[in-house]
Amino acid sequence: MAVAIEVSDISKQFRLYNERYTSLKERVIHGGKMPFTPFWALQDVNVEINEGETFGILGRNGCGKSTLLKCIAGILKPTSGEIRVRGSLAAMLELGAGFQPELSGRDNIFLNGSLLGLPRSEIEKRFDEIVAFAELEQFIDNQVKYYSSGMYVRLGFAVAVNVEPDVLLVDEVLAVGDAAFQRKCLDHVRKFQQEGRTIVVVSHATDTIRQNCERVMVMNHGKVITIDEPGEGIRVYLADLLGVGTLDNSETGGIEGNVFAIGTVQAEHGGMGTRSHLYPGESLSIIADLDSLAPVQNAIATIAIHDDKNELVFASDPDDPGCQMEVPLGGGQIRFDFAEVPLLDGTYSVSVGIRSLTETAIFDWKDQVTQFEVANPGRATGRVRLLPAVSFRRRSTGLTGEVPVVERIGGISGSPVAETITS
Amino acid sequence: MSVGAVEPAPLDSAPAPTGKAKGKDGQTSTIGGSARFVPGQSNRQITVVNGKAQVRQRLKDLWRNRDLLVLLTRTQLKVKYKNSVLGYLWSMLNPALVLAVYYVVFKVIARNTIPSFAIFLFCGLLVWNLFNNAAMAATGVVVANAGIVKKVAFPRELLALSSVGVALVLFAIQVVVLILALVVFGITPSLPFLITLPIALLALVVFTSAISVFLSAVNVYLRDTQHLTEVLLMAWFWSIPVVYPYGQIAGALSDHHLGSFKWVYLMDPVTPIALAFQRTMYGRSQYTVKGASTVTHMLPNWGPSTYCLILGVVLVASIILFLLSLIVFGRLEGNFAEEL
Repeated sequence: MAVAIEVSDISKQFRLYNERYTSLKERVIHGGKMPFTPFWALQDVNVEINEGETFGILGRNGCGKSTLLKCIAGILKPTSGEIRVRGSLAAMLELGAGFQPELSGRDNIFLNGSLLGLPRSEIEKRFDEIVAFAELEQFIDNQVKYYSSGMYVRLGFAVAVNVEPDVLLVDEVLAVGDAAFQRKCLDHVRKFQQEGRTIVVVSHATDTIRQNCERVMVMNHGKVITIDEPGEGIRVYLADLLGVGTLDNSETGGIEGNVFAIGTVQAEHGGMGTRSHLYPGESLSIIADLDSLAPVQNAIATIAIHDDKNELVFASDPDDPGCQMEVPLGGGQIRFDFAEVPLLDGTYSVSVGIRSLTETAIFDWKDQVTQFEVANPGRATGRVRLLPAVSFRRRSTGLTGEVPVVERIGGISGSPVAETITS
Repeated sequence: MSVGAVEPAPLDSAPAPTGKAKGKDGQTSTIGGSARFVPGQSNRQITVVNGKAQVRQRLKDLWRNRDLLVLLTRTQLKVKYKNSVLGYLWSMLNPALVLAVYYVVFKVIARNTIPSFAIFLFCGLLVWNLFNNAAMAATGVVVANAGIVKKVAFPRELLALSSVGVALVLFAIQVVVLILALVVFGITPSLPFLITLPIALLALVVFTSAISVFLSAVNVYLRDTQHLTEVLLMAWFWSIPVVYPYGQIAGALSDHHLGSFKWVYLMDPVTPIALAFQRTMYGRSQYTVKGASTVTHMLPNWGPSTYCLILGVVLVASIILFLLSLIVFGRLEGNFAEEL
């Protein structure tokens, strides 16, 4: 497969001036020198993006992903290295960036189209298409400064996608307009994919990346951390973003005067030994060490799971008789075994507690004491892995006795696998 | 920004040297594309982005984006006169008022003896206005269009050149007014000198473009340029023979036995261009005051061929300046997006 974009050893240095002297007087006074701290926004970035590929770039704010996009687009000049792009290129870094508020929508379509490299004759040909896509037929001769922000952005998107480039660069602009327009935008991106165009998307939205991209590059501090398939890439990104494993595990000590103290809490899962994360549907065990100073009957073990946004995903039922236990003097281990974790990707933190059944007193509670990570290799998004069994039954026509049935059977990794059965 | 060599070579071959540009003009523009997408189309051009700025490539990119130049010029014109009651009338009213002021000062108050002084003044002002309008507007144009410069890739020289385009449109309007004035006052231009005008205009446009491109880039880094330009242009204006005839300078130099310094004076590219316009449109190089016997020389005694020769030199020098300004622009452009 041919390479559409070849980024070789790109580095980009920004100068962080301690003080800026933009006036002549100041420059003369300071001998023409401005003190600055070099900041490497990109360091030796190497990546090859294939033709027809949808490529995602993930990273925290300030990791250099937008700088890379600007370098590919030719807006910024790299300090060293070279980028080769095959075919025409259009960058959607900011929708409607080139709009002149004083001009009408019509004039702006021509201006913006030209800025994106479309010759006048082509713009004339596609003019109606662009206006229809932006849904601005009524307002096209109004000055753009009277447009609402939604109209503005819609027009910008309509022009940009109608440039029909070989390579499209998108910087987190897909989240524009109302829901209907967003769907339209995504449909257009899908159409581009099917036509075999190359798309590079920079985004924070892991769901968008997962569903649309074939490969993902994760960046941090101007360096490439990994280039991988979306599932693994997103896992690395989330791990980087949230600093998994750096959760403060320091001893908080048991609740004063209590007979119980929960010690270390560990998570074990089906993929132990081979990887640090588990796949959706694998087993998980939470094991908590428990010290007790006195034997207690009717103790209740509780567990709660929070996601990375600190939303409660699950808390155990205190009335569940299965959670009741008798703890002898000296203590032991509490095990919570989940045969199957129906969660999709994310980092989940686990809180473990023990309380009495009768007195409703909490013996000990360890808040978010350990965590586990689920990485989803498939394309399903959301929080929970549901496996729908989908079937299709044709409306009876009354002509044939036999009714063909097409069935879709849920796949194993959360992504439904289609299978056709015709009777 | 250097969007470097355009090569028909396949991408996955060994990296070819970027220095050579083999692209043909028939190809699509370097940034953005024109052809409808055909999957698997093999001969698509390759754009190389690196730290280099090549003049040849820049010229090619400018030529490919000429549509955009027209649009940017139109945009500037539209924005300039939008929301003003008199609109485009200002482009005539403004020079007319300037003309009136100079006429009153130099003809009515200073009582000079030049016949049809207003026409003489207009011929020189025409040239100066083109240069002055373009240079002033171009100085701030990149900063004013920071929004586009930071977000869209296109040959940014076009912004400066569109300022020249705007000045050229205003120039054309003023030429029409001048021709009307010639008819009304019954002044016949010197037809043998007509041949100097295309060369003069071309030289003027190239020289103006060179200065405009240079100033627009420098102003991004040194915002003082804007104010400095204003003052320098003012001094420049009084140094060229527009409100006073060339003959006065030449006479003054001869009086002080500095006759050969005339050539130093003519080194200013705007001066010979203004002289050519004055000689052709105003139609005479000397005059005699009624009742007096002395002949006053206003303009040099050159024939059309001498004018053409001098203007040719100015044109060549302007082209060299323009290429140099492209190099400077290319060097400075790389960090525009950061500096704005």
